[in-house]
Amino acid sequence: MSLVPFNPVLAVLAVPAVTAALLVVVPGYRLSAGLNVVGSLLTFLFTLLLFFGHAAPNSYVLIDDLNIVFVVLNTFVGFTTSVFSASYIGHELEIGRLTPTYLRFYHAMYQVMMFGMNLALVANNIGLMWVAIEIATLATVVMVGIYRTPEALEAAWKYFILASVGIAFALFGTILVYMAARPVMGEGYQGMVWTLLMQHVAKFDPALLNIAFIFLLLGYGTKVGLAPLHAWLPDAHAEGPTPISAVLSGLLLNVALYAILRFKLLLALNPEAISPGPLMVTLGLVSVLFAAFMLYRRHDIKRLFAYSSIEHMGIIVFAFGMGGALANFAGLLQMTMHSLTKSAIFFAVGHIAQVKGTQRISEIRGLTVSHPLLGWALVLGVLAIAGLPPLGIFMSEFLVVSSTFAREPLLAVLLVIGLLVAFGALLMRLQGLAFGEPVGSTAPVRASYIPLFGHLALVLAAGIYLPPALVVWFQHVAQMLG
Amino acid sequence: MHGFDFDVAHLLAGGLVLVSFMLLYQDRLYALLNVFALQAVLLALAVGWQAYVQDAPHLYITAAIALLFKAIVIPVALHRMIVKLGIHREIESVTGMGVTMLAGVGLVALSLVVMLHATAGESALAREDIAFALSVLLLGLLIMVTRRNAVGQVVGFMSMENGLVLAATGAKGMPLVVEFSVAFSILIAFIVIGIFLFRIRERFDTVDVEALDRARGGRR
Repeated sequence: MSLVPFNPVLAVLAVPAVTAALLVVVPGYRLSAGLNVVGSLLTFLFTLLLFFGHAAPNSYVLIDDLNIVFVVLNTFVGFTTSVFSASYIGHELEIGRLTPTYLRFYHAMYQVMMFGMNLALVANNIGLMWVAIEIATLATVVMVGIYRTPEALEAAWKYFILASVGIAFALFGTILVYMAARPVMGEGYQGMVWTLLMQHVAKFDPALLNIAFIFLLLGYGTKVGLAPLHAWLPDAHAEGPTPISAVLSGLLLNVALYAILRFKLLLALNPEAISPGPLMVTLGLVSVLFAAFMLYRRHDIKRLFAYSSIEHMGIIVFAFGMGGALANFAGLLQMTMHSLTKSAIFFAVGHIAQVKGTQRISEIRGLTVSHPLLGWALVLGVLAIAGLPPLGIFMSEFLVVSSTFAREPLLAVLLVIGLLVAFGALLMRLQGLAFGEPVGSTAPVRASYIPLFGHLALVLAAGIYLPPALVVWFQHVAQMLG
Repeated sequence: MHGFDFDVAHLLAGGLVLVSFMLLYQDRLYALLNVFALQAVLLALAVGWQAYVQDAPHLYITAAIALLFKAIVIPVALHRMIVKLGIHREIESVTGMGVTMLAGVGLVALSLVVMLHATAGESALAREDIAFALSVLLLGLLIMVTRRNAVGQVVGFMSMENGLVLAATGAKGMPLVVEFSVAFSILIAFIVIGIFLFRIRERFDTVDVEALDRARGGRR
């Protein structure tokens, strides 16, 4: 089965861990930024090896068609963000917002976070997955507060408290799943292994499983940023360094979503357990509508796109909640497109905020005039995220809506209202940001355009032509998700 | 399970819930820390008893962590921090004491109803353990919600975590319990060091979370 002489999963985990350890001791910003990029690139290349063969699941790690999608997306965006981060952080160092010591810490934490997320995605154990998500969260908490301004500390504290409550609920849910497994599978380690749980779940006590899922949905749902539990998300996005906003939106939300999807799969195999679908549909729809209306009153550019992330996570959770081959396919596509587009937008926003010296929307105008390349990149990104054809998100949103119309027209109407409201808000803001008379600094910007346009090109390409291999893969995963 | 073993486990788990209620109405920071240390000692005893009853020696490590780290190191560290930051005074809570206590009673009733119903097939010890654990968890959450003070919120969080450790040790044969308690200890150490290193006082003159709220100003 394996064409690779070693288990690439181990490399995917070891590379970030080793890089993090190296970054702690390596002095100098250029060297550590470079090392960060190289480490992230290596991790990405190793994940590509997963396609060519991976070992059978053992009791710690598991690679199947579902999580390969997540891991590849995760390491790819992790790599491009590290490239963006190198140029972004250089500027922060110049203007003295970060000291070299903090910078060293920042790079090490970046790799710790990548390690945590990769581990969460490949873990074949519900306990290990929980620990890994905790590691990734902790690393991001520290990075959100790294500027040490009152706002940044408040954001980090809020994020920390809410995420910890989420983490506690998720662990309680995890313990309940083990308790449900114990009478059937016996005591010990096997009661927490995904692959074994899936085999035996049909005989578990449904009442216990139901309660466990509620706790898990609330716990990991906090991380996904679903509507009543989203309060940490806009603050964390707005106050931390922009590369962190990009990975938070693009990756960490996906990792938490992956955890929920796994537990949904588990519950689906128990005939008497509740169906998780309606719960997820409700939370998703509430998030979409709430975030869409909140978009109108944003004055901070990073908060604006943070609310847009809540909206998109809502759409994705809605799609997976609806279930069925088509909606799941749309959900997967939407997730991929959102990760690529949103991180690209944050790359652009990061450079914009740096050159203008502010994040206030009212103080940024006429970007297409003052900084044509950056301005038009932002226009393209926002059009993509708002769901305009022919970009990738249009296609996935169209699939979500059309598959819902066929089954639950009323829900589809609500969803469309949410989408249109958000569309209006984003275009209204874009109008001011991109066009008109330039306001503020028009100094040239030293931006890294490669990750930015790389992402946008992928989103555009996906909107026009999806490679058949990818379609087959996603269809297969969609079938798996039931 | 022998009658005596059961009674002791029951007593200790019930004691944890009781101490959670005591945490709810403490209005001075030092008293809050002392009561929390008492809860940590009780937790160590409860976990140690489970280790003995279940014949699971690794649980003694969890008990030792609870005793050393949560009953001694953290309260002492927080105590010193309060002295250093000069915030030794009454802590404001969001709602009145009576309402908070009533809400606490409601949460305990809720967790008993939910867990006893859902775990009908389990042994009596496991059922009551998990019900008590959920009570401690929810009461910890209530403490976090009703305190405006950063130290108060941390104590609430640690109390939540005590409930989780109780649940994990009550689930017989659960793997990774020691790892969980270590992970949580790191998490808590992180926060405590975080509060201290970031020197919230240096910037706000207080560790009152209200001040953090004010700091965000009009920029939303």
